This record gives sequence, structure tokens and C-alpha cells, in this order.
Amino acid sequence: MKIVVCVKQVPDTMDVRIDPETNTLIREGVPSILNPFDEYAIEEGLKLREQHGGTVTVITMGPPQADDVLRTALGMGADDVVLISDRAFAGSDTLATSYTLSKAIEKIGDVDIVITGKQAIDGDTAQVGPGISSRLDFTQLTYVSKIENIDTGTGEIIVERLLDGGRERLKANLPALLTVVKGINVPRKPSILKMKKARNVEIPIWGAGEIDADPDNLGQKGSPTWVEKIFSPEQKTRGEMIEGEIDEVSVRIADIVMKSM
Amino acid sequence: MGLKIILDKCTGCSLCIKACPFDALRIVDKKAVVSEEACTLCGVCVETCKFEAMELERETVETDEFDDNRGVWIFVQTHEDKVHHVTLELVGEGRKLANELGTELCCMVLGNGKDAVIDELSVYDINRIYSIKDAKLKRYRTAPYVEAAAHLIKKYKPEIFLIGATTTGRDFAGGLATVLETGLTADCTDLAVELETRSLLQTRPAFGGNIMATIKSSKHRPQMATVRPKVFAMPEKVEKHDIEIVTAKYSISEKTERTDILEWIPSEEGVNLADANIIVSGGRGIGKPENFALLQELADLLGGAVGASRAAVDAEWIDYSHQVGQTGRTVRPNIYIACGISGAVQHLAGMKTSDVIIAINKDPDAPIFNVATYGYVGDVLEIVKKMITELKRRQGKS
Repeated sequence: MKIVVCVKQVPDTMDVRIDPETNTLIREGVPSILNPFDEYAIEEGLKLREQHGGTVTVITMGPPQADDVLRTALGMGADDVVLISDRAFAGSDTLATSYTLSKAIEKIGDVDIVITGKQAIDGDTAQVGPGISSRLDFTQLTYVSKIENIDTGTGEIIVERLLDGGRERLKANLPALLTVVKGINVPRKPSILKMKKARNVEIPIWGAGEIDADPDNLGQKGSPTWVEKIFSPEQKTRGEMIEGEIDEVSVRIADIVMKSM
Repeated sequence: MGLKIILDKCTGCSLCIKACPFDALRIVDKKAVVSEEACTLCGVCVETCKFEAMELERETVETDEFDDNRGVWIFVQTHEDKVHHVTLELVGEGRKLANELGTELCCMVLGNGKDAVIDELSVYDINRIYSIKDAKLKRYRTAPYVEAAAHLIKKYKPEIFLIGATTTGRDFAGGLATVLETGLTADCTDLAVELETRSLLQTRPAFGGNIMATIKSSKHRPQMATVRPKVFAMPEKVEKHDIEIVTAKYSISEKTERTDILEWIPSEEGVNLADANIIVSGGRGIGKPENFALLQELADLLGGAVGASRAAVDAEWIDYSHQVGQTGRTVRPNIYIACGISGAVQHLAGMKTSDVIIAINKDPDAPIFNVATYGYVGDVLEIVKKMITELKRRQGKS
């Protein structure tokens, strides 16, 4: 089974905040991280390999420093990794990103299953997975909370999806693209030995030429959306602290709740 | 095109370096320099610079290119022939946008014999319904719905298409926008119109809600956006009227039948997090997993849902489907009662835009109090038990 996992390196958003005095965004120079949902994707890929055999290739589209997340993937046990990087990709929105990643997956070729996290915690759009699926004409399966079974003979896959209000069990055929949610598995920690090896690996880099990309579909040119303006949200300030005897307080809170309903 | 640094204005103060979320700026010889590869053109530095030394250049839009595209469309999401409330919320907002643009508000109904749906829509101010009827559209599945929607949009050319950001809507929108090669902005919290260019101004939070971004996609049509439930209010109803229905003759190709729905397992709780007006949420501060039953009892009395912090979920006190926060669900209820939750940034990212936040925690320094409308420092369980007693008493009386 040929498995490709798409991951993303994201700014650690817990350290991106507004300075209340200058009202500007400050980021405390903390290292970027592997998108948490993509960790589950890598683990699921490794589990499938354990069950069905095959290879797990982990790819990411990003600037040169994104190779860090690929080394983590190698540390977890991925067979190969590729960094998709080129100045031409700068300013890509989700449409250009899904185009770029699809071309890379096409170059890898004969892929049975693509797995990615349900969304990245910086953009939070959840659009790139479906975009790739659409371009590759793979079956799209989002919010997957469990892969019940894959029949490698018939190519049939049965998944459980975690949706608003319940779970859906779905039967489909490979090739497929899955976006996975937290809770689908427990990601293994990278092994010390594998991480040591990973540090010295020369990671292949594919640019626009290697993936045979049409420049009109890349970067800013290939992005129909753009950020027009950035501003600080209305800052929530500390509200009213309630005091008093516990009986009074609980009545007061009940009042507040009933009034606000 | 791109980020331009006006060197005579740049003083090398480094404020932009600190602000850039993508580490794309450096000071070289006392001037700011941008790494084109890392720069995402997000514009935070432009906003931050006190010397107006940063400029983002963009192409201007040719507005005559889209004379054929008119109309604000809303995707009608249904469950067992009932219209999802997010659709109606978007009908309300869509009506305002359509009025401003001097155009029509239309709904896209996909399915097989949706008379109950049409009936439900007929008490709202909608000009037209575009529909396709096909047995393959009986229940939502990605491929048939994307194919049908793409057909209607290419044929009837709306300028704006809005979809509710439910799991269904998000599954649907991404693939559709790719097929149409158009712009899509997810989870908008505000929509407005720039009349001269007929552009949709799409505002959404980023970086866990720590900044707001306004996005445009006016070089393509339709301009697509998803909006979470409860961001907009339900619209006023109007007198029941016959809405014009345009049904396109189109049959979905066989090969588009890619998935088979085997089973739908509704979650046990009556109210789900995304729809709840009230959420009673628990963290490690509630003491032990059994105490979630108390929170459930309170939620039931209030007709709400139960949420949880990541810590409680990771400790396996409650299922992941209840998790609120950056790696869980983002919610916007009228009332969010945070019980024994400290308020880590990632949790706040998932609930801080709730209308009223009531926080109960025994730690006076818990960060949750910084965003709470009302806070109480004390014993969570005592308060919850007494609230249950008080509410039962009130409900017993009425």
C-alpha cells in the first residue's frame, strides 16, 4: 500500500498575542511546531503500513525550515520524506497549496491513500485536504475518527466519521484522501535512535520545476483569496467577580443564566 | 507585487520582526528585509509599523469582468428534510448583502423531492430557489453534491455563495471551490460588501482568535465563504409566499457515486455542541470524571450541552467529541459556563467569543477570569449542585 501523509509546520499560536500597550501582534520567537492534527495523520499512516505493508511518504509544503517536521516524521518511522519548497510558492492560499501538493503527489505516483490532519491550527480552514482530493479525483473522506477496515484486494475502505450530532459509517473505494481528527489514534513518540539518524538525512527538495507545476497556479498568482487587512479583535476584559455566601452566589448565577437565555 | 519596504521610512526599530508570525523579517544594516519565501503577505507588519514603511502591493480588480455574475446564493443544508438553522441565519445575512448589492437572494436546494424544505423556506424573504433533483442527492455525500452544485453555479452564475461551516458544509465547500477554481474563506465572523467592486469583504479570526483578518477574493466568481452556526441571528419571518423554483435538468453521473452511507449513529446527548445555546463545560478542576454527570444534569436543566477542556479529555474523563478548544470544537453559545477550567490560550481560542462567559474556579489567578463576563472564585461542585437545586425549584414552581 502506497501511503502519502501531508503535514504542515505552523507557528505555535499560543505565543501569538496582542501587546495590550501597543495594540500590536507580538510573537515571542518560539520554534514552530508540527501541526497537532498532522501527528495523528502520520500515526495512522504508520499503523496502516503495519497492517497492510507498503510505504509511508511524508511531504510538506513550506520554507526551508519546515524540514524540521519531516525529521520528526522520520523519527516516528516514515520511510521517505520530501520538502516541497520554492520561492514561487510564496503567498499561496488554500487553492494554490492544494494544487502544489497535488502535483507533488502525482509525481510520487500510484498512491493508494493520502492522509492529512483535519485542519492546520494557523489557518483553520480545513480546505487543503478536500482541494487535493478534488484535483486527484480521489474519494474524499473528512473527519475520519476510525478506519474500520481496508480490503486491499477490492480496494474497499470503511471509515467512521465524527460529524456534528453523531458518527457516520461510510463505505468507499481507494484511492482516497482522509482528513483525520484527534482521537483516531495515539501518536507514537519519535524513537531516539530514529531521530538521531533523521538529523543527518539529506531531505530531497522539490521546487516548481520538479513537480512540473504551471506557474499560473502557484503562489500569489494562483491564489484567488488574499488578506486585505489585519486588525486586533475587540479585547475581552475581566468582567464582574461575584462575591458572597455560596447560596446567594448560586442564585445570582442562576439569575444571570436565565436572564441571558 | 508583494511586500515592499520603504527604506527611507524604515528606522530599523524591529517592531515588525517581533510581530511577524512567520519569522519572515530580519534587520540587515539597520533596515528591515523580507524573506520572500517565508512571507505569506498576511499584512501584520503593515499594521504594526509606526513609520508607514511597509506596503503590500496588489493588482486592482477589473470590475466589468463579472457583469454576468449576479445574485447572493445560500446553500440549504438539511437533515431529514428539516432546514439546518445555520442556513436560515445565512438567509438573514444574505438578504442584507443582496439588498446592498441591489441583487437577488437565492437558495440552492439539492435533493430528491424536498417539498417540506421548500415549505419551510417560504416564510423567509428569498427571491428564488435553484434546485436539482436526483436520487443520488437523497442524503448528503461529497461527490454528488459537489457535482450538482458546480453545475448550477456554472449555469446560473451567482456572485456570492455562502455555506454554513458545519462538518457537512466544510466537507462540501473545499472540494466545490477547487472545482470552480474560486476563492473560499472559512469561518467568517463578519461579512460586508464593497459596492464599487461588488467585492465581498470576509472577516475571520486567525491565530486562535488573537488577530482578525479581512479577506477578499474579488478576482473570481462566485466569492465563497463559510460561516459558523450562531454567528448571525435568525432572520424575521415574512408572510408565506410562493418562491420561484428553477429546477435544472441534470443527472449525476454514475461514477460520482463514490461512497455508501452504511449507518448514522446520532450522539447520545440531545443537544450537540455546535448548536447549543448554553454550554456547561468542565475541566480538571471538577475533581473526578464522575462529576461530569453533575454537569450533564445542569446542562439538561438548561437545555444545553456539555463541553470539556483538553485536560479532561486527555485524562479520559469524557469523550473527545465534547472537547472545546483549538484541537477540539470552536463554539459560540449565548452562555458558556466554565467549571474548573483554568483557561489555557488554546481553550480560550475555542470559546472566547461566546456572548456571556461565567467562570467558576478555585484559583483566583486562573486566566479564564480574564475573558469571563462573570467570575466566581470558589468550589465548583458546590455551586453546580446548588444551581441544580435552585433551577429544579424554579422549574417545579412554573
